[in-house]
Amino acid sequence: MSQETATAEGGFWSDSGKTGIGSWIFSTDHKRIGLMYLYCVLSFFMVGVLLGVLIRLELIAPGPTIVTAQTYNALFTVHGVVMIFLFIIPGIPASFGNLVLPIQLGARDVAFPRVNLFSWWLYVIGAVIVLVSLFTGGGAPDTGWTFYVPFSARTTTNVSLAVFGVFILGFSSILTGINFVTTIHRMRAPGMNWTRIPLFTWSLYATAWVQILATPIIAITLLLVVTERVLGLGLFDPSRGGDPIMFQHMFWIYSHPAVYIMILPGMGVISDIIPVFSRKPIFGYKMIAFSSLAIAAAGSAVWGHHMYTSGMSDLGVMVFSFLTFLVAIPSAIKVFNWVSTMYKGSISLEAPMLFALSFILLFSIGGLSGLILGAASTDIHVHDTHFVVGHFHYVMFGGTGFAFFAAAHYWLPKYFGRRYEEKPAIIGWVLMFIGFNVLYFTMQVLGMEGMPRRYYDYLPEFARLNFVATVGSWIMVAGILIVLWNLWRGLLKGEPFTGNPWGGASLEWSIPTPPPTENFEEDPVVTHGPYDFKGAGVP
Amino acid sequence: MSHLEKDTFGAKLGMWLFLFTEILLFGGVFILYSVYLTRYPKEFGLGGKQLDLVYGATNTVVLLTSSLFAAMSVTAIKRGAKTATLTLLGGTIGCALIFLFIKYLEWSAKFHHGIYPNSPKLIAGPPGESIFFGLYYLATGLHGIHVIIGSVLMAWTAVMVQREVLHAGDNVTLENVTLYWHLVDLVWIFIFPLYYLIL
Amino acid sequence: MTNESAEHILSYGKLVTVWVTLLVLTAATIMVTRVELGVWKVWAALAIASIKSGLVIAFFMHMKYEPRLFRIILFVALFTLAGFIGGTFFDVLYR
Repeated sequence: MSQETATAEGGFWSDSGKTGIGSWIFSTDHKRIGLMYLYCVLSFFMVGVLLGVLIRLELIAPGPTIVTAQTYNALFTVHGVVMIFLFIIPGIPASFGNLVLPIQLGARDVAFPRVNLFSWWLYVIGAVIVLVSLFTGGGAPDTGWTFYVPFSARTTTNVSLAVFGVFILGFSSILTGINFVTTIHRMRAPGMNWTRIPLFTWSLYATAWVQILATPIIAITLLLVVTERVLGLGLFDPSRGGDPIMFQHMFWIYSHPAVYIMILPGMGVISDIIPVFSRKPIFGYKMIAFSSLAIAAAGSAVWGHHMYTSGMSDLGVMVFSFLTFLVAIPSAIKVFNWVSTMYKGSISLEAPMLFALSFILLFSIGGLSGLILGAASTDIHVHDTHFVVGHFHYVMFGGTGFAFFAAAHYWLPKYFGRRYEEKPAIIGWVLMFIGFNVLYFTMQVLGMEGMPRRYYDYLPEFARLNFVATVGSWIMVAGILIVLWNLWRGLLKGEPFTGNPWGGASLEWSIPTPPPTENFEEDPVVTHGPYDFKGAGVP
Repeated sequence: MSHLEKDTFGAKLGMWLFLFTEILLFGGVFILYSVYLTRYPKEFGLGGKQLDLVYGATNTVVLLTSSLFAAMSVTAIKRGAKTATLTLLGGTIGCALIFLFIKYLEWSAKFHHGIYPNSPKLIAGPPGESIFFGLYYLATGLHGIHVIIGSVLMAWTAVMVQREVLHAGDNVTLENVTLYWHLVDLVWIFIFPLYYLIL
Repeated sequence: MTNESAEHILSYGKLVTVWVTLLVLTAATIMVTRVELGVWKVWAALAIASIKSGLVIAFFMHMKYEPRLFRIILFVALFTLAGFIGGTFFDVLYR
């Protein structure tokens, strides 16, 4: 307590007697691995934010502003690669999933602790390779994070190394998925039947299946880009009989389900937070759990909606458009159930709840604008415009990003044994929320007016709204910085956090704070559901 | 199900999940194959006729036999027959090496005829032919890498059997490695007819 | 928790029988594809390959003796792959 250094005490932080760096980077404890993931993804999040701010700064006025066109291309490519592969995909599952999932099941660790550590190492190695690719070879990739051929097969920038890094990151993601599925099937405590699994863990189960079944497709696709560049197989080269649209198919066969790898865990976080801060059992537990699986399944069949303007067959466009609308059903089920949970609840608006509530709103806006893109007729008009950019930031940042911060405010005090201050958290949240909407809603309007995405320059009539969006980015970043600074300071030096102040009924709230290395002193026997507050004996 | 007890079921479940990722990895190649086969049936037919059926068929037999040895090694270790286990694992690795050697002969013959990725002959030829051989090198190359990985894993398991880390009571690692090996065989079961026989 | 079925040991005789069957099927697939069947060749070869892989999965890979969960998830994986191929063909066949 007297120490000013960056250490927390007690529980798994010290009870093994090992505290050196080696006891972390070679630890098989799911909590330590989860925290290491957390530090990594947060670092990359900040890198991504910085790149995003630079993009917005370049677009503040027409014409060249701060960087050259080539640098601009690299900026949006690296922003996308870092945010998607290094932040959002591992963001919630690998960090909070590792921290929380085994405890929520009543297990002492994941099924394969060493594989878990290996997966973290692969993440670090993949991340280093991606970073190295920015400064070696022909320089940072300029293809956009989608690596579309034929450009990615021909550009002189260092695409080969970057996609190889992403390939390794994919391997890491697969191993986490395998670990979670096995853990959920095999490591549940006595009494923890399938309808007592907290919904966060349920969402990770659905996510893990997508990680297992979809990620290999991106692996082979990226490998093909490398072989295309190095060996010249010509499989996507029209002059040799190849079909570039096949690259898009294979890329999106993974990358659309990957959207659900990103959003499903966020939905799980929200499903866990809403009932606790409404002091009411979740409404429609089984439907929420089932809708996670339904989203994972339906979401794996809609990749073609990224390709309406690619030259795909008309029948393909119609089929994929129709299937896309199906995804809205389970997503809406979740939103209705969250709202119903709050109905007549005793709602307390603390930081985790505020982030959760804004998730519902922002995700709904993102989801509804997604329907405009999912309908082929309207998509043609806004395809590849800032409307798309605004849409996916509403879902990915307004959804997953806000859920990430909700999870951080909800669970991290449990692991650090200290808490952040409420007031700065709320101020930060307000700024983030306002800045977010100023930035991305403006982008959607810009897109509707016809401003294309990924363009270095734009017509003068877009100048005013671009200026507004850039100002929004500053407000949002101010909010993010306040939130992170408050978390950082509070978790290391703040008031002690003990017991179960939120009043959660799932297992992680029944063990000491911070959790001991073994999680449970004796194997728990589960006698009540995760949202049965009466059964758990919390008021 | 205490946390100290080894969970054989869980280990196998994890391995199967991993095998699914391998199936989908090769699945990506099969997606491309099926699409290009429908687009260039004639060229694929001509390309397939240039592949050496004798090499392909021999390798099929070799790989099936190696799979048999691998499956038998699981039976052997469960019966506590250490020498038999080691012999069978040796047989599996031996077959894998024969497979790789034949593959080497086959590839060098193709290279000798000027058929290799980005070769002038393929670039000058009809587009579908270049695609066929591109896929051929992709599929057999990726499969070959898996054969090499599988052999290394087999050798590593053999060492553990020799040191009696793996024995009649605890052999799920051997089982899992043989599962991986059978997957390599499974992929070949599809590669063989699709590239060497069809059309 | 040791699973009883996981300890099922296949006899050498049974494994060799499976192997012989696989060799016979390999011969069959070569012969079938030497006959002029047109497009049906592809389907015949794929059908035989599926039977062969079924045998490998059921016996060499012990699937026949594993709990039902394994078969369910195998089906899920294969169904997913089929879905990926099928979805692609909505585009490719009708372009």
